[in-house]
Amino acid sequence: MTLDTRSKAEVVNIVLAKYQNDSSMLVGILQDIQAELNYLPREALEMTAEVLSIPLSRVYSVATFFKAFSLKPRGRHGIHVCMGTACHVRGAEKVLDRFQTELCACAGETTPDMKFTLETVNCVGACALGPVVVVDGEYEGQVTAEKVKSIIEGCK
Amino acid sequence: MVAEKSGKRLNSASELELLCEEIKRSVSARTRTVTICCGTGCLAYGGTKVAQAFRDEIKSRGLESEVEVKTTGCHGFCERGPLVVIRPENILYQRVKPADIPQVIDETLISGRVIDRLLYTIPGTKEKVTYEHDVPFYKKQMRLVFGANGYIDPTVIEDYIGCGGYAALSKTLFEMKPDEVVDEVKKSGLRGRGGGGFATGAKWQSTREAHGDPKYVICNCDEGDPGAFMDRSLMEGNPHAIIEGMVIAAYAIGAHLGYIYIRNEYPVAVKHAEKAIAQAEAMGLLGENILGSGFSFSVKINRGGGAFVCGESTALMASVEGRVGEPRAKYIHTSEKGLWDQPTVLNNVETLANVPLIINRGAQWYSSIGTANSKGTKIFSLVGKVNNTGLIEVPMGITLEEIVYGIGGGIPKNKKFKAIQTGGPSGGCLPASKLDMPVDFDELTRAGSMMGSGAMIVMDEDNCMVDIARYFLSFLEGESCGKCVPCREGLKRMRQILDRIISGQGQPDDIELLENLSETLTWGALCGLGGGAANPIMSTLRYFREEYEAHIIEKRCPAGVCKPLISYNIINEKCPNCTLCIKACPVGAITGQGKKLPVILDQVKCTKCGACYDVCRLGAVEVR
Repeated sequence: MTLDTRSKAEVVNIVLAKYQNDSSMLVGILQDIQAELNYLPREALEMTAEVLSIPLSRVYSVATFFKAFSLKPRGRHGIHVCMGTACHVRGAEKVLDRFQTELCACAGETTPDMKFTLETVNCVGACALGPVVVVDGEYEGQVTAEKVKSIIEGCK
Repeated sequence: MVAEKSGKRLNSASELELLCEEIKRSVSARTRTVTICCGTGCLAYGGTKVAQAFRDEIKSRGLESEVEVKTTGCHGFCERGPLVVIRPENILYQRVKPADIPQVIDETLISGRVIDRLLYTIPGTKEKVTYEHDVPFYKKQMRLVFGANGYIDPTVIEDYIGCGGYAALSKTLFEMKPDEVVDEVKKSGLRGRGGGGFATGAKWQSTREAHGDPKYVICNCDEGDPGAFMDRSLMEGNPHAIIEGMVIAAYAIGAHLGYIYIRNEYPVAVKHAEKAIAQAEAMGLLGENILGSGFSFSVKINRGGGAFVCGESTALMASVEGRVGEPRAKYIHTSEKGLWDQPTVLNNVETLANVPLIINRGAQWYSSIGTANSKGTKIFSLVGKVNNTGLIEVPMGITLEEIVYGIGGGIPKNKKFKAIQTGGPSGGCLPASKLDMPVDFDELTRAGSMMGSGAMIVMDEDNCMVDIARYFLSFLEGESCGKCVPCREGLKRMRQILDRIISGQGQPDDIELLENLSETLTWGALCGLGGGAANPIMSTLRYFREEYEAHIIEKRCPAGVCKPLISYNIINEKCPNCTLCIKACPVGAITGQGKKLPVILDQVKCTKCGACYDVCRLGAVEVR
């Protein structure tokens, strides 16, 4: 079954079954649901709460506490600009500025055509290569503002 | 051949020993091993392509029985990746590309000649270095914990066993009583590598003595400190060492279930840890009745959701329980009431990786390394404005100067060293006058910084210390869980004051106000995040006060960083109208006047992005 044809409910059920409806695995459950659906829709949170027999408020608090979760749909390409200290001292701010200018989107926003979501991350643990940008899971090291345009153009 | 035996369950100490011998024999039967670093750094430079090219080429020439191609975890020298080491000689080739592979095979593997152009060159003397152990970056290190990364394929348990892996576990289970294990770790002087520096043995003892069953062991791989990536590299490159450490800890305290808490941002670490657990279970080194000893212990993986505060013990445990990662006041230690209110030992990845070493070689040997109160080695991530960036492992007590200049090779582009930031966001910035300071837990704290998890970020004259302090504050403000007022409100107000200073609106009493708020935060915050949050402010005020004063009184940023206080200008005499800056400017603020006449920069349009400054090769753009 492909992702498109899978309904939200099916995804949630499969993930919950994988974790045997164990509410202590809530963070992992939400991560897996998000990995499938690309964000956490309201229905998914409601279903999770119901099946695990925990209050929706608890699911919501976890879903909004951790940075990794998004309650809004994200773009097809995820661009994560690392703002860790090592990247910061080597000019990550300039790189982020350029991404914002080129995409006309602020950090945390998705472009209206749903193509890109621009996000900042506090450290991706590739500090020796700073400034680092992670594009769809691929690491780009020693990024300069000049390289930004070609990185964006590289996303099809 | 090893393959027949691998995966089979080992039921006694002697079976493990036999397997280890057998693996060693089969390794020495091969003439050569090519190890290719596939740590995150080298992967970003194309490590996988290099590894694939090697495999394909070796296969097409039918050399598989003589040459083993091994992909390993991080070797540490990330700056020069992708790294290839040919063993047993230890010839190091750096910045290797897939196109270089046929030549490496022809010349080095077949004819035994070294290829000069792939060797590392020492920047100052231009001397070429052939062997890994002769490269200055490695030469001054003491790679006890991290060294194995360069020899082991993390997805192959036999590699770890062949290097003497799980021998410490076997010794623990069959030759030592739990109390003796605790004693040995206490005597070694091992202190927590995650930040707190708490004595590991004492932690184990109080958990062992605490009433309550079950007890738990948690390995903290949440590495949230920006600038640090040693836990990631250990978990990705040598997961079995950490699992071995966990089982020994479990045996010492009497636990039967453990958790590895890994950041979700580290997918490879999660994958390798999962694989390592499955392999260790299949071979009877984890799970029920380990090595036939009657002791059982299993490990589960929990993925973090990207919250810095979850590095704090109580917050981490809340997160493992599936709740929001908020810390609680620790009137009762987690060693008595931790996960699900049961006695719990929480150790950092690097701490656990040290444990097998201590058991194998003895507390006396271990405590002979280091300083009076800081024993053993520490892995640091040496990053920022330094020539040789990467992960280094050095004995405690080494000076900052040796790290920055001896191992790091100094500051790029002949710039001046300004500061080194240690200890992550709760650490501090140390100036050049502290370079001769020996590095250990106590010295760093005395100097107003801390060991933390071991991030060392080097800064040069182009970094503004007020901006750095603001950076850390805004980081911590964003990561504050909001539970206690001093942290939630204090950080916000302090960040607002710094914003004011940076934008040229600073007031004369701002420094005093910052000092007052820092003190309140240090004493009033609930957990370590808030308690250490003022350190970046206090240390920069202590060592770089004049920079604050320049911002506040003279309305000037000496390093040329703070946008509201600077402007970019064209030095007319130096500008030949090469138009590079015109092309680089994203907002069209620079226009040309024609041949050989200097370009004009429109200050109204300029967004101060610095693109023109970066691109100009003639120094015709200045920051004022």
